[in-house]
Amino acid sequence: MADVLGSYNQWLAGAWLTIQLTLLGGALALALALVFGMAGASRHAWVRGLNRLYVEFFRGNATLVLLFWFFYALPLIGLRFTTMFAAVLALGLNIGAYGAEVVRGSIRAVPKAQYEATVALNFTPFQRMRRVLLPQAFALMLPPFGNLIIELMKGTAIVSLVGLVDLTRASKDIQGSSGETIAAFSVALVLYFVIAQMLQLFVRYAERRVDRMLGRRLPSEPSLGTIAAGAPGAGVTG
Amino acid sequence: MTWNWEYTGEILPDLLSGLRYTVIATLVGYVIALILGLVWTLLRRTPYPAVNHAVRWVTEFIRSTPLIPQLYFVFFVLPSLGITLSPLTAGIITLGVHYSTYTAEVYRAGIADVPKGQWEACTALNLPKSRVWLDVILPQAVRRVIPTLGNYLIAMFKDSPMLFAINVAELLYAANRAGSVNGQFLEPMTMVGLLFVVVSVISSILVRRLERRYATH
Repeated sequence: MADVLGSYNQWLAGAWLTIQLTLLGGALALALALVFGMAGASRHAWVRGLNRLYVEFFRGNATLVLLFWFFYALPLIGLRFTTMFAAVLALGLNIGAYGAEVVRGSIRAVPKAQYEATVALNFTPFQRMRRVLLPQAFALMLPPFGNLIIELMKGTAIVSLVGLVDLTRASKDIQGSSGETIAAFSVALVLYFVIAQMLQLFVRYAERRVDRMLGRRLPSEPSLGTIAAGAPGAGVTG
Repeated sequence: MTWNWEYTGEILPDLLSGLRYTVIATLVGYVIALILGLVWTLLRRTPYPAVNHAVRWVTEFIRSTPLIPQLYFVFFVLPSLGITLSPLTAGIITLGVHYSTYTAEVYRAGIADVPKGQWEACTALNLPKSRVWLDVILPQAVRRVIPTLGNYLIAMFKDSPMLFAINVAELLYAANRAGSVNGQFLEPMTMVGLLFVVVSVISSILVRRLERRYATH
């Protein structure tokens, strides 16, 4: 155990890389989710088609397969990424596809009268989104987004298989050098758990703020509808 | 660098035999997840607070830590306790236990979704506990959660490549080996990506059908 805890530099470096990947991947996923989610709520069929294409392809694929594809296959046709960039891209594109479904569902879940009111008030499409639909949809998006960011954090472990030294790889290295299998892998799991709990606290805080902003309360336990609309934690009642 | 169809044809049998392991791991793991998930849910409803809290934290821990370190834990730690597992068995068990914490949450929501009147009717009829659960609550709850559970089957299928980490000979492993033997990664990796998309799109269409078939709202 002492050997395992003695190499805290490696643990910290690994944990930091995991956190970095989570934040960068999360930022990319959020941007993609908003763009493609709004595309999915569009009036034009071809814009909605764009959304389907993106969502079905990237949601249908395993993140690890995407990463291997970016890492091994694309350089052969001339697209070269650093490992870090390939990892952020794979994670962001995959979770972004789940997020796009959440955004689309949330926008559609805003009461129809709100939309009709914006039309009656002669809002431009931009004002409609920015001032009325998104602020209300945002409160619905937050709980599933919270699940997704934890899924993303868990997904970062795949980078250990392409040579980045994240928390998982660090635990494997430390296990190799110290020979203390139980301690090394237990510490890794506990650190992941701590990171997940921190993310959860952050999401809870954001949820409370948004609820206060809109002056409403959401149910504390996830309902079947929230769990239902997708794979791990991706969904919204719509 | 162009696409080589001949090479694609050569590696296809290898990939398909890898796909067989992927499917085995997913399906057997799914059965474990379905059964163990129900066990977690029912344990969380026992009248003993100690059991409830223990189960809650254990499932929360398993759910919020990644699959790959869990695979390492099961595959490398259990032998030192005297239990040696083959990579495939270790992979199946880990995948099943990992997803059982998700299905537990699904069952919980499904049971909470059963109208309160059903419980009250059971009390009014003075039904024994076993009949309340087996004949009234669970049949209604399970019906509600069938589409959601279907989604988790797809999710497990998409997480199965992670078994690569402990060298299970599944689809990605087969593609990686074919790629490194021949020095050509483009074709095998693209084929794996396509196989995954095809299988998941088809299965999500099936799940949507299930959703319509079992729609309760």
